[in-house]
This record gives sequence, structure tokens and C-alpha cells, in this order.
Amino acid sequence: MTAPTAFPQGPGPRVLVRGAGVSGLTAAVTLAERGARVVVHECGPRVGWGASWKAGGMLAPWCEAESATPEVTAQSLASLDWWDAHVPGVDRNGTLVLAPARDVREIMRFGRRTSHYETIGEAEITQLEPDLADRFSRALFFAGEGHVNPRDALAALAARVVELGGEIRFNVPVDEQPAGFDWVVDCTGIAARDELTDMRGVRGEMLLLRCPDVTLHRPVRMLHPRIPIYIVPRANHVYMVGATMIESENAGPMTLRSMVEMLGAVYALHPAFGEAEILETGTGLRPSYPDNMPAVRYRGRHIHINGMYRHGFLLSPVRAAEAADIVFGAA
Amino acid sequence: MTLFYGTELTSRLMLGTAQYPSPEILADAVRRAGAGVVTVSLRREAAGARAGQAFWELIRGLDVPVLPNTAGCHTVREAVTTAQMAREVFGTDWIKLEVIGESDTLQPDMFALVEAARILTEDGFKVFPYMTEDLVGAERLLRAGCEVLMPWGAPIGSGKGLNNLFGLRALRAHFPDVPMVVDAGIGVPSHAAQAMELGYDAVLINTAVAKAGNPAEMARAFAMAVEAGRMAYIADPMEERDMAVPSTPVIGQAVL
Repeated sequence: MTAPTAFPQGPGPRVLVRGAGVSGLTAAVTLAERGARVVVHECGPRVGWGASWKAGGMLAPWCEAESATPEVTAQSLASLDWWDAHVPGVDRNGTLVLAPARDVREIMRFGRRTSHYETIGEAEITQLEPDLADRFSRALFFAGEGHVNPRDALAALAARVVELGGEIRFNVPVDEQPAGFDWVVDCTGIAARDELTDMRGVRGEMLLLRCPDVTLHRPVRMLHPRIPIYIVPRANHVYMVGATMIESENAGPMTLRSMVEMLGAVYALHPAFGEAEILETGTGLRPSYPDNMPAVRYRGRHIHINGMYRHGFLLSPVRAAEAADIVFGAA
Repeated sequence: MTLFYGTELTSRLMLGTAQYPSPEILADAVRRAGAGVVTVSLRREAAGARAGQAFWELIRGLDVPVLPNTAGCHTVREAVTTAQMAREVFGTDWIKLEVIGESDTLQPDMFALVEAARILTEDGFKVFPYMTEDLVGAERLLRAGCEVLMPWGAPIGSGKGLNNLFGLRALRAHFPDVPMVVDAGIGVPSHAAQAMELGYDAVLINTAVAKAGNPAEMARAFAMAVEAGRMAYIADPMEERDMAVPSTPVIGQAVL
């Protein structure tokens, strides 16, 4: 197939971005903003055909320090502002971290590994989340964090690409080798694992619930030694619950065990979730390098932004900027 | 020298491979520990045939003998099937046999354990059974063909250390010639040293290293504790006494 004929006019480099997930679309927007003429090829029929669709969308640089290296936190501090500047609907209500009374030591451990939080008691928990009144005596509140709805955010980025003169094509066969581009930025996630041989998939399972009986205003992380979960509020009393972390490349449907464990934890957060409708269950493979750190790699004019692991929304803006630096010769 | 099914290990510290922040940090911890064996779970990581390949490849790349385990299995059949899969995947007939009987404590089901151990031993496996410190259970496992025993220190992941010192001492004393590994429940290096001082031949640690703030550093601390405990055991520690025994003579000095 030949290059698209309707390239936007101008002197900018012609860049093919493969993959319309969070890495691909942040890269496309970043490149287009800097003057590149961008075409995005997506093998699926819509944006976020891969892992991004199942993401939590939490922009939580401080909380991530519980298990991630300090670099993840350091590099993601500007993420929340980036998203706020690029898509509507970014919530900046912070993150609440709590644990059932018997696991309250988990909160202390979480606190030791992280920073930029306030330890709060029952009164403050009630003030932040009235529906959790009388249920938890202690929590950590990370006021500077936020979240986006990944599906809305991806759609907004796609619209922005088009607005900037770029183009997005869906259902493009993966083996298609389009000509006429100066650069290729491959953001195909786990699909690139044959090329990126040290990459592996880490299975994650998530649920979408609707529960009109419960109102939450911010992501809540409920700690548990075996089954830590997070629950992220979307519009209209829809909640995203995530996520398992299993060293497996099976992308098949959610298992009963995972579902029982996750739903048990949600029910422990608030018994009213017992009446929630289960709207969706999902499984995805997080593309991951051995250090679980997202990276930009390139050879010649072929750039990979990949290995996003569980940091896709958090770190894709900074990786996109790195890729753009390479394209524009600043690297 | 302790032989585990005829093999001498380079270290008496065995490390589990689950729950690390990243494979890179896991590899670091294994190196710093100088681990003699790494264990890897098949059932949970697989979630379907062959799907764990990428992670298993990383484990094989650690260049340390692999002891696959049947973590997460609740029945004899699950455990036997998982062991057979492990043999194929890792090319070893060693298997750490776990059959969980109770979900809060993850306590082993000793009855199912004995049955699965018998089936697997007959099938040529070299079974490392994860057990309670029960003497009769130990006897049955040895009769079923096990040549190594792995009593728990405390429930998996609890970090409580050696819950039943009397029981562990009794077990050690009853079977002085059976290689024994304290598996599960160890939280800090002093617990590991204590197990080694009791005369256990090795310890197996996972959560205490993986969930430490600095897993690699903690791995090293455990390695030192295991070595210290072993040296102390061989050096034959003094007896505990109820009375003070002065280390310098008091005869001839004013006492009152």
C-alpha cells in the first residue's frame, strides 16, 4: 500500500504511529503539536484496542512508589498537568488509601514506602467520602493525585490528532508496510513482543460495576496482604475495579477465582456493592520489560515506545516527549 | 554436607520468585542471596497452558536450580497435574508439593499431601512436601517416598517466624537424618537464623524478601543469617540455664 496522499502540507517530518492506545495517541498528539505530519495506524476497529481500554487511568505518582522505583514517581510528576491540558474530565480529587481494621498495618507499610500524603482519621474520611463513614478508622490521603476515564481520554486524544491535521486509520492489517514516512513510532504494546524479545505480558483482570447506592469521589485503594484492589469512580455511578497482576501471557477471560477475590474486596469496602450490576469483565496483557519500566528504544528511524507495564497513563506523556525529541533531533 | 535427593546445594537459602516489584529486582535479590534454589509457582502464573513461558524463561535465566511448586492447588488432582506440567516446563523431577487445605491460614491438607506425594513418587518425582510440623504426618510422608520434608514456620506470608518451636524441635529430633527445610512464615533474618540453629538444613523465603522495601538488600541479610545460624548449629551452642553462671570465677571475692 502506498503512503496516504492527503498528507498535511508543511515542512514537518512524516511520522507513522502504529497503535492507537495510550502510548500511540499521546505520541501522535505530542508529535503533531511539534509540527510533525502524523498518521496513526490501528489494527483494531477503535482506539484503545489493547491494554489501554482496561486501564484504571489513575494518575498517582506518589502511590505508585509503593511498588515502583523512585524513577517512576520522579518522571511522572508532570503527568497530571499534561492530561489536564489535553483532555477534558481530569479529576484532581486525590487518592484515598485504606484497609480493613484487621489489615491496618498494611497502611503503615504503604505509608513507609510512599510520600506526599496525609494520615487521616474517621472524621476526615467521612468528610472526603461520606459513604465510607463509620467503616474505616484510618487512611492515607494523597491530595495531589488524580485520574481520568481512559476511554474518554483516548477518544479526546484521537480528536486532537485530527484537529492538528493528523489522520487515524482503523482496521489496518498488522503486516502492512506503508511507504513514504520519515519515521515510524511503534506503540503496539504486547503485539511487538516478537521484535522486542525481552518484553513479556503481565496479565491483568478488571471489572466494571454500576452501583447507584454508593458514591465515591476519587480512586480508593484498598490494601490487603493477598488481594489489594483499587476502585476508580467513573460517571453515573460506574466503577472500575482492578486489577490482578499475574505473570502470564494468557489473555483469555477472567477466572472465577480472580472475580471472587476482587468482588469480595469490593464488598468489604462497602456492603452496598453487593447490589451492584456487573457491566463488564476484562483481561489485558501489560507489555513489560524486565525492570517493569516503560522505555523508548530506537534503531535508525524506527522508534518503539513500549513496556508501559502498569504505568501507561502515568508515563506515556513523558515517553512521547522523549520520542518527539528523537524525531526532532533534540535527543 | 546435606544432600537433597543426592544433590548438594551451593547455599542453604531457597528463594521464592513471586511478588517482586520487577523481574530485574528479583534477579538482583537472587544474586545477592546467592540462593541455592529458586522456587516458582506454575498454577497461578500459568492461568492456562504455556501462558507463563515468558516469566519461566526469566526464571531459567537466573542460572540457579529451579524447584517448581504447586502453590494454589487445593486437591490431589490439581497438584499432580501441576507437577507433571512443571516437570515438562523445567525439565526437573523436583517438585515442591503444596496442597492447601484451608484458605485463611493456607494450611496444608496433610491427608491430600500424603496421597499426592505417593502418586508423584511412584511417577518418579522427587517430592519436597510443604507440611505442618506434625510428626505423624512426617512419618506418613516419608513412608510415601519423600526424602525431604518442608515444615512450615508459620502460615505463608504471615512473617510470624517459628510459631511452634517445641514442634519444630521435636520434628528435627525425630528424624535427624532427613533433610528438612523450614518453609513459610519467616519474616526477618533472625527467624531464619533461629531455624538453622535448631538444626534445619535450609530455609525457604519469599514474601519477606519480595515485599521488603529493598528486596536485594534483604536477600543478602537473609543469606548472612542463614550462614550464621548454620555455623552456630555446627559449633554446638551452649545450653540454656535457669541460673546465672559467672564467666569469671568469684571464689575469693567478697560476694555480699
